Amino acid sequence: MDFDLSDDQRQIKDSVDRMLAAAYADLKTKAAAQKEPAGFSVGNWKQFADLGLLGIPFAEDHGGLGAGPVETMLVMDAIGRNAAIEPYLSTVVLGGGLLRHAGTAAQKAALIPGVIEGTHRLALAHQERQSRFDLADVSATARSDGAGGYILNGEKLVVLGGDSADTLIVVARIDGQRRDRAGIGLFLVGGTAAGVTRKGYATQDGGRAADITFANVKIGAEDVIAGKGSDGLASLEHVIDEAIAALAAEAIGAMAALHDLTVDYLKTRKQFGVAIGSFQVLQHKSVDMFTALEQARSMGYYATMMAAEPNAAERRRAMAAVKVQIGKSAKFVGETAIQLHGGIGMTMEYKAGHYFKRLTMIEMAFGNTEHFLRALAHAGGLIPAAA
Amino acid sequence: MDLRFTPEENAFRAEVRTFMTTEVPLHVRKKTEVGEGLSKADLVASHKALAKKGWAAPHWPKAYGGTGWTPIQHHIFTEELQANSVPQPLPFNVSMCGPVIIAFGTEEQKKRYLPKMYNLDEWWCQGFSEPGAGSDLAGLKTTAVKNDGQYVINGQKTWTTLAQHADWCFVLARTDMEAKKQLGISFILVDMKSPGITVRPIQTIDGGHEVNEVFFDDVKVPLENLVGQENRGWDCAKFLLGNERVGIARIGLSKQRIGRIKQLAAKVMSGDKSLMADERFAEKVAAVEVELKALEMTQLRVLAEDAKRKSNMPNPASSILKIKGSEIQQATTELLLEVAGPLSVPYLPDEADFGDGDHWAAPAAPQYFNFRKVSIYGGSNEIQRNIIAKAVLGF
Repeated sequence: MDFDLSDDQRQIKDSVDRMLAAAYADLKTKAAAQKEPAGFSVGNWKQFADLGLLGIPFAEDHGGLGAGPVETMLVMDAIGRNAAIEPYLSTVVLGGGLLRHAGTAAQKAALIPGVIEGTHRLALAHQERQSRFDLADVSATARSDGAGGYILNGEKLVVLGGDSADTLIVVARIDGQRRDRAGIGLFLVGGTAAGVTRKGYATQDGGRAADITFANVKIGAEDVIAGKGSDGLASLEHVIDEAIAALAAEAIGAMAALHDLTVDYLKTRKQFGVAIGSFQVLQHKSVDMFTALEQARSMGYYATMMAAEPNAAERRRAMAAVKVQIGKSAKFVGETAIQLHGGIGMTMEYKAGHYFKRLTMIEMAFGNTEHFLRALAHAGGLIPAAA
Repeated sequence: MDLRFTPEENAFRAEVRTFMTTEVPLHVRKKTEVGEGLSKADLVASHKALAKKGWAAPHWPKAYGGTGWTPIQHHIFTEELQANSVPQPLPFNVSMCGPVIIAFGTEEQKKRYLPKMYNLDEWWCQGFSEPGAGSDLAGLKTTAVKNDGQYVINGQKTWTTLAQHADWCFVLARTDMEAKKQLGISFILVDMKSPGITVRPIQTIDGGHEVNEVFFDDVKVPLENLVGQENRGWDCAKFLLGNERVGIARIGLSKQRIGRIKQLAAKVMSGDKSLMADERFAEKVAAVEVELKALEMTQLRVLAEDAKRKSNMPNPASSILKIKGSEIQQATTELLLEVAGPLSVPYLPDEADFGDGDHWAAPAAPQYFNFRKVSIYGGSNEIQRNIIAKAVLGF
């Protein structure tokens, strides 16, 4: 049992911490970055690439670091602490994850080097209007063209980073009924391919997403990640589990920063002639925030440990538990921070609200607390019944 | 970073589990599992089984019978102890008074008291709280006046757990009446057979008799029964209360309880299906399991950090273990009460054996009532919040 970082990990942590702290020192810079065409700072993205951060989970053969969930956690924690908006989750964790787990050798060789250099961005298009949090609920269709390729039709909603991604990884049904676990395929589609229509927009937390329709989009055999007879859903679930571990780290970073900000505020804000932090009722609230944060942090460690668990059922069960804790803690820490700040917490020119909004969206991502609590209960929970 | 147990640690766990399930008297484990009260003989038998193996006080220094285990081994030991429904070795002996004597006592005191303490040949109780000194322990009023070559103790202690079984009591008493609060207190060992001691039982809301009031009326105690320096007993008390928080999360116990709740809820019917098949109930159980998993990881983090800490003062983060651990323990008793439902209503204080058949529900309500104590004792959860506010958040 060892919670210490290796020297290499410490180096990654130091570099990403330093880079993002500088990039996000001023909220005005963030606002300016949001007005760039991509919706974030391309300069920052280049720095991610230059520091090697975009190559963390990829094999060294493709120019990556061959690192794992711990290194990803370090980057996501820093992203959370700075309320950063670069599309690391969509490109590296989600898109890159599916390539790693299910892509062919040729697909990896074609796409991963560009991802690592920061010149090629990915997005995962899986959600649909009716699907809510059910990954198997897929009605977009991929019809075989008889030559190893497919014809794609359907609509995908809230595709994170989807408005400017160079390549989309699209989840579509090859056969079966709308909610069948079998018959789900994964396909590479160019962001500007014929038949693809993207409607991009800003998200509540300052990021970007898109609703995307696919009308008779032709997919060549070389762009099929998971075709007929392969288990596309298993790969999707694996990647979503890794994304939950990554989001846990981001949420922990955001909660830690928000808690620090709140404690500092309580110590400096004066009312009735004293710092309001001298009031026990506010001290205890901030202690409860701290406890929620530390419980979440503990589950974040559990998440990094279980993200690599080969048994899918065990991994899913663990990640459901992680998402429940993270969601609960995020909601409590976020809401309490705004309350303890009072009016200033309500303004966009102060950072607390940025963290709160991001935490709220993290709670919603891939399934909210209620969804995963139900899933965990369905799976029999974590502890077996006594014999 | 590697958060998995090593093969050696897993082997150690197997060894501990085998011992717990084969060497500790089965009837004691059964009673503990279902929440039935334990007699003095039960507790002595289980403690002595551990002592025989050399595991009655694993955290003591090796020279006094400790094990020299790593923090992770201690964690595994405690978890297996609780998971297999083995009562903790008597905490007043091995977790409270023993470590104080080892840290502050004289060689004579160590020789005189530690072996019997270790083997539970002598039963200790804690004379700290008073009617007017609970959370504000330093406000205690019991006095020990030096007179004729001995201390003469007068006053009243309360919440004295299992004093009815005790041979000895470690008492905090005021030896300097002029000094302010913490400064005039001493840590004194008192023979419970001394003339002038009266133990009066307190019946608690669960119907049980765990705690007592203890009255001291001109109780004479030899001067050599002072531990550490006179008027410096507060150092001993702080040291002891810090130790008390270690292992207070009782993670293994809560795990065992949840496993049992699931077992019982699968048999209890609610409408046309089992209670466990009721989504709302299953989600309530799952929510507690999530908190417990998080707390288990928190405990491992605290252990890993403690292994590196230079200071022997408690890690303030252990206050989280107390707060969350007690909340989770209470949540498990609430769930069991819900499983028992109407079967929890009968008040059966005289049922000697409710281990079998229909009687499984009998302890549900008493345990629920009894476990309100866990967020009160050992420094109430509000005091724990004060500790975190001050020591961690810097208010």
